[in-house]
Amino acid sequence: MVPVSYYILLSGVLFSIGVLGFLIRRNVIVVFMSVELMLNAANLAIIAFARNIGSLTGQVIVFLVMTVAAAEVGVGLAIIMMFYRNKKSVNVDDGNLMKW
Amino acid sequence: MIDNIWLVPLLPLLGFLINGIFGRKLGKNLVSWIGCGSVGLSFLISVKVFFELLSLPAEQRIFEKIVFPWIYSGFFKVNISFLLDPLSGVMLLVVTGVGFLIHVYSVGYMYEDNGFSRFFSFLNLFIFSMLMLVLANNFLLLYLGWEAVGLCSYLLIGFWYEKKSASDAAKKAFIVNRIGDFGFALGVMLIFWTFGGLNYTEVFQQAPSILVAGGGLVTAITLLLFMGAVGKSAQIPLYVWLPDAMEGPTPVSALIHAATMVTAGVYMMARCHILYELAPFTLGLVAVIGAVTAIYTASIAMVQNDIKRVLAYSTISQLGYMFLGCGVGAFAAGIFHLMTHAFFKALLFLGAGSVMHALSGELNMQKMGGLKGKIPVTFWTVFAAVLAISGIPLFSGFFSKDEILWKAFSQGNLLLWLIGVICAGMTAFYMFRLLFLTFFGKSRVDESIKSHIHESPKIMTVPLMILAILSVLGGYVGIPKSLGGGNNFEHFLSSVFGEKEMIIHHSAFTEYIVMIISIGVALAGIFFAYRFYISKPELPKSLAEKYNFPYRVLLNKYYVDEFYFKIIVNPLLKFATFLWQFIDIRIIDGTANGLAGMVNWFGGIGRKIQTGYVRNYALGMVLGVILVLAYFILK
Amino acid sequence: MSEYILTLLVFIPVAGALLLLLVNGSNAGLLKSLAFMVSLLNFILSLYLYFNFDSLNPGFQFEINRVWIQNFGISYHLGVDGISLFLVLLTTLLSAIAILSSWSAIKEKVKEYMVTMLLLEAGMIGVFVSLDLFLFYVFWEGMLIPMYFLIGIWGGPRKVYATIKFVLFTMLGSIFMLVAILVLYFMNYNYTGQYSFNFTEILQLPIPLNAQVWLFFAFALAFAIKVPMFPFHTWLPDAHVEAPTAGSVLLAGVLLKMGTYGFLRFCLPLFPNAFMDMIPLFSILAVIGIIYGALVSTMQKDIKSLVAFSSVSHLGFVMLGLFALNMQGIQGGVLQMINHGISTGALFLIVGMIYERRHTRMIEDYGGIARVVPIFSIFFMIVALSSIGLPGTNGFVGEFLILLGAFNSRIIYAVLGAIGIILAAVYMLWMLQRVLFQTIKNEENKKLLDLNLREIIILIPIILLIFWIGFYPQPLLSKMEPAVKNLLEYVEQKSDSITSSSGECDKICEKAEESSITKEK
Repeated sequence: MVPVSYYILLSGVLFSIGVLGFLIRRNVIVVFMSVELMLNAANLAIIAFARNIGSLTGQVIVFLVMTVAAAEVGVGLAIIMMFYRNKKSVNVDDGNLMKW
Repeated sequence: MIDNIWLVPLLPLLGFLINGIFGRKLGKNLVSWIGCGSVGLSFLISVKVFFELLSLPAEQRIFEKIVFPWIYSGFFKVNISFLLDPLSGVMLLVVTGVGFLIHVYSVGYMYEDNGFSRFFSFLNLFIFSMLMLVLANNFLLLYLGWEAVGLCSYLLIGFWYEKKSASDAAKKAFIVNRIGDFGFALGVMLIFWTFGGLNYTEVFQQAPSILVAGGGLVTAITLLLFMGAVGKSAQIPLYVWLPDAMEGPTPVSALIHAATMVTAGVYMMARCHILYELAPFTLGLVAVIGAVTAIYTASIAMVQNDIKRVLAYSTISQLGYMFLGCGVGAFAAGIFHLMTHAFFKALLFLGAGSVMHALSGELNMQKMGGLKGKIPVTFWTVFAAVLAISGIPLFSGFFSKDEILWKAFSQGNLLLWLIGVICAGMTAFYMFRLLFLTFFGKSRVDESIKSHIHESPKIMTVPLMILAILSVLGGYVGIPKSLGGGNNFEHFLSSVFGEKEMIIHHSAFTEYIVMIISIGVALAGIFFAYRFYISKPELPKSLAEKYNFPYRVLLNKYYVDEFYFKIIVNPLLKFATFLWQFIDIRIIDGTANGLAGMVNWFGGIGRKIQTGYVRNYALGMVLGVILVLAYFILK
Repeated sequence: MSEYILTLLVFIPVAGALLLLLVNGSNAGLLKSLAFMVSLLNFILSLYLYFNFDSLNPGFQFEINRVWIQNFGISYHLGVDGISLFLVLLTTLLSAIAILSSWSAIKEKVKEYMVTMLLLEAGMIGVFVSLDLFLFYVFWEGMLIPMYFLIGIWGGPRKVYATIKFVLFTMLGSIFMLVAILVLYFMNYNYTGQYSFNFTEILQLPIPLNAQVWLFFAFALAFAIKVPMFPFHTWLPDAHVEAPTAGSVLLAGVLLKMGTYGFLRFCLPLFPNAFMDMIPLFSILAVIGIIYGALVSTMQKDIKSLVAFSSVSHLGFVMLGLFALNMQGIQGGVLQMINHGISTGALFLIVGMIYERRHTRMIEDYGGIARVVPIFSIFFMIVALSSIGLPGTNGFVGEFLILLGAFNSRIIYAVLGAIGIILAAVYMLWMLQRVLFQTIKNEENKKLLDLNLREIIILIPIILLIFWIGFYPQPLLSKMEPAVKNLLEYVEQKSDSITSSSGECDKICEKAEESSITKEK
């Protein structure tokens, strides 16, 4: 059996990639994908721990998170669509209206 | 009837309400019937009441009637209630009687005016207020009347409100009066906290036991009340409003600024004579202010050219006499002069009104002259009044003025007496100057007006004639003992003022001498007036040029108005602007806005963090997570 | 009935507001008449209070005391006594008049406006009838919200500045009051072992002297800003100038009274010793307010801000009366609250009427309009004269009693206060002269229309009240007297007992500190 630490390590790596992608990339779709990546990294960690302690609750939670993520993608993509329509751009830096 | 004394003020009040609310729809005839009728009825009731009072034995001539409770607060209890005694009885007759005549006169005088109904409603309101003042049985109700007559005076002076000078004069009158009332109100409060009540009977009965004669408390009370009298009766230093008050219609000047309202101060002091007699210092001050005012304003009156202003200054001067009378303790004489003055001064004003009526509103005496034959009724009635005010024997003014002078003399106030006598001469001078300039000599009337000079209608001349009769005969109720009379007037009032044992240092002979001196001075005044304005009409002009400076000072009324403006009014307005612009806007609002500004400034620094870039916020989040983690790991 | 009448008075306007929400916003006529009917109904109901009020009973009447939130000791406790009775009546009357006065002035967002007005009425009545500190605070703050919108939406050009200033000033004080209420709440717990915001229970609390002073100041700041006392008055002219007519009427007529009412209802009986110690300070501030307000008024160019500053002066009189701490002073003060509500409310109404016609409030734009609008001028004169306290009008009775009371407390206050009466004549008459008298300079003024029937109907009850209170204030004074007497006796007794047993009180204070320390642990 693969030790739980491997999963956690993988999860950590995925999460870090997500964070870096979120911070560095400008393309709003990529940013959005990075967010999803972080979410899935967290899912991975949860399910790994759940399996390790033999709890079903963790696995159920992951299902819940996946459904919510699906819904979120729906909303998120819709927002991106609107953003593109308004700004004719997919660059996040163009959405800087909320500043001083 | 005496029990229904409340009807006397109620009727004019009703007249005021009816004319005030419906006046525009009633038509001038009905308005004048209501206006005059209500006052006439109150006069009839007053006469009836007065005779009922007379029929009582002297010591029972005091009657109180509580109408309804007014203000009760704890042990402070004041009613709307009336007091009738010989003093208020006399005042009642003067107010309603003279008031009625002036109402009738006004029907003719004001007939062409647009504000006819407004005028009559205000006049009725005035009579109501004056009656409240006179009939009150406590100080607070007196104060109500006191301020209410001030209001009516304000309304009537500013009757022709479209003239700036009229509305200025009205405002000035009210404010100057309020300055006096300020003292009066404080006096009333001091009385309340001293005696625990404001009823006359309560206060006057307790006064000798509670107050120390000549003590600080009674002096303070009397001085404060006197301040009110100074304002209302236009004495130095608050006399400045009365000459300006001549902006009002002439009947108003006759009624309010000659016969009734301005004498309220004298009435009040007579009413409170018990307090004043306990305060010799105040009495002294009253006498001095009265005498100084009398001579000071008489000097101004000698050079004025506006017929009504002459009469206004003369009124102030005569009021000074009354104060002098009160000041030397001769309250009955003060009231006596008040009454005769009401007759002849009202007559003079109405006569002046009649002259103005004839000359299409001309006020300047330099543009009159030679009217004697053209308006004979006016001339003869005014002549009677001039004789009365100048103190010519057998006319009413002689008896009352002489009474005051004699009392001053017999009290040993020789200086005050001397001022009074000189002032009598000046009075005779300026009154005859008025008479000569107006009715004698060559006509200096503008050509345009000359053709339609006419005598006033009957409705105006009949009141003049009645007042003329009163001016001549009014003095006979108080012929002094030395002249073979019984001094009935003083005797009648004695139940109010007490029968004072005048210490007789002087024989009847001295009294004759004193009398003859004042007659002589008056005749001298007349002589000078005759010389200046009849026999040598060019003399005044050359004198004025020769003594230019004193003449200018007199003509400009000693520059007192200008002085008040410079010293009081303007600095006050400047100070108010300073308070508003500096304290309010700069300091208080500045502090508040400054605080808001500071918050704003801090916010301005903080908001730089908000770049609007999503990743900056995300970086912040990441850094935050790292910090939290670091804290837990390193702990 | 008599138990629920106060509840009805508070909640009928709320119900009315909800009802209005159901009406189509474009139907302005229906909205206006409905709102007016509701406020009129409320006024008629409040008359029930007047006629069934037991003049001999000094305590609270029409009382209702129910548990609201038990855990925190919050109760629903309403009641009126001789002091608050007339303020409630004034509120219902002025609300109805204010709604009627906005008939033609408000053209936009009528529905929202009427809803706001009704909610404001509910809040104001709530302040005067609540006898639970929590409930009181809820109403006190809650009533700010409708007022905020009233000025902020329907106001003049600088409405945003004015409304924010108004809310911030008021909030500043209220926050301190909230803290003080909580302190009282915990003190009460330490003393009795029970949590309660109920005013009648907290009243039993003997508060040590040093605590009294702090608590007094916390309450007093909230009330002094509301009054407004010098130097916290600067929000008032701005708020008045920008507010719509009805807003000004209620602001001057009712809101300001909350401050003075608060001093009398809460500061005085809760902290009697502190109150007495602070008499010199507050009397001096009151006197400064009287003279300052009057002087600044003199120089104003805008009629509304002139009236606003005159309010500062008049409320100074009220404070002077309350701090005279005797029968005449307090009765005069309470009466003057009513008088000021009537007279100044009416002045704002009148200014609003002329503003509707000419769209200017600058004094210099008028002059000589008495010739064109005689009925208007008569009403203006009468109201202005009552405002300067001419005998025979309501203002005189109040001011005289106040000065009489102040005279007994310290002569100099009465003397200085009386100067305010002279100055009142100066600013009011000067304004009247420049607005009504002299010749018409401005062509536009020649076409002014005189008052219409609705406007006359609005003003007539006010005129009647002015003369009624001026000549026969007895019905009011006699209903107030037992309550005021009771209050004075209570205060005297309580202050004596606290001074004499201050040692014991310190113990309570120590106990309070101890228990708070134990709680932290």
